[in-house]
Amino acid sequence: MKTKIRDVGNVRILDLEGKITIGAGDVELRKQIEDSVSAGFTNILLDFKGVSHIDSSGIGELVGCYTTISRRGGKMKLLNLTQKITDILHVTQLITVFDVFDNEQEALASFSA
Amino acid sequence: MERVLNEMCRSERVGEETCYWVGMAVREALANAIKHGNKLSAEKRVLVEVTLDPAEALEIVVEDEGEGFDPAGVADPTDPGNLMRSSGRGVFYMRQFMDEVDFSLAERGGTRLRLRKNLNARRSE
Repeated sequence: MKTKIRDVGNVRILDLEGKITIGAGDVELRKQIEDSVSAGFTNILLDFKGVSHIDSSGIGELVGCYTTISRRGGKMKLLNLTQKITDILHVTQLITVFDVFDNEQEALASFSA
Repeated sequence: MERVLNEMCRSERVGEETCYWVGMAVREALANAIKHGNKLSAEKRVLVEVTLDPAEALEIVVEDEGEGFDPAGVADPTDPGNLMRSSGRGVFYMRQFMDEVDFSLAERGGTRLRLRKNLNARRSE
């Protein structure tokens, strides 16, 4: 998985690309979130536009990162989920846990709402 | 494994959608076999057998050399108390995306997992 980092105000946007799967993207996702928190960002927007696959390990990391950020008083939100990743979150009912957006401006505005 | 599966799907004209979900189920099966079955031991093998009958089904059998696995012991990840757990969704995803998922004891003592995707049903959708 590759990640591009963009900071907009107090929100860090992580543009994710590739696979978030066991032994690869899942570890990278955790590291990116830890680095973001260390850099002082607790508002994080994950852009999934370039993510082709996610597995149960990736989903597990996503849940773990959400919990980490929430405990620090921050928010982690999801942007541009593909239909397949939406389906994967839907069947495990995690779609009800995350705030999901398909418009970046709306997603950014929601952090200050 | 993913490359083999994709090539089989392409050559036998199994739909991209079906291939994607079967691929996900197989990745979960292999991850479980290596991590939970063989406990990451480099000495232990995972055997995979893929059978494709384009008129009927795609069937994948994954066998590890671990100590066996009881699927009844897996908690429901959609239970509100388990929703935020960081693991325990692999078997659930396999059951969601395949038509048949069954676990049995392998001849050599590990877990034998059989995954089946019916192709006729998918094509008539």
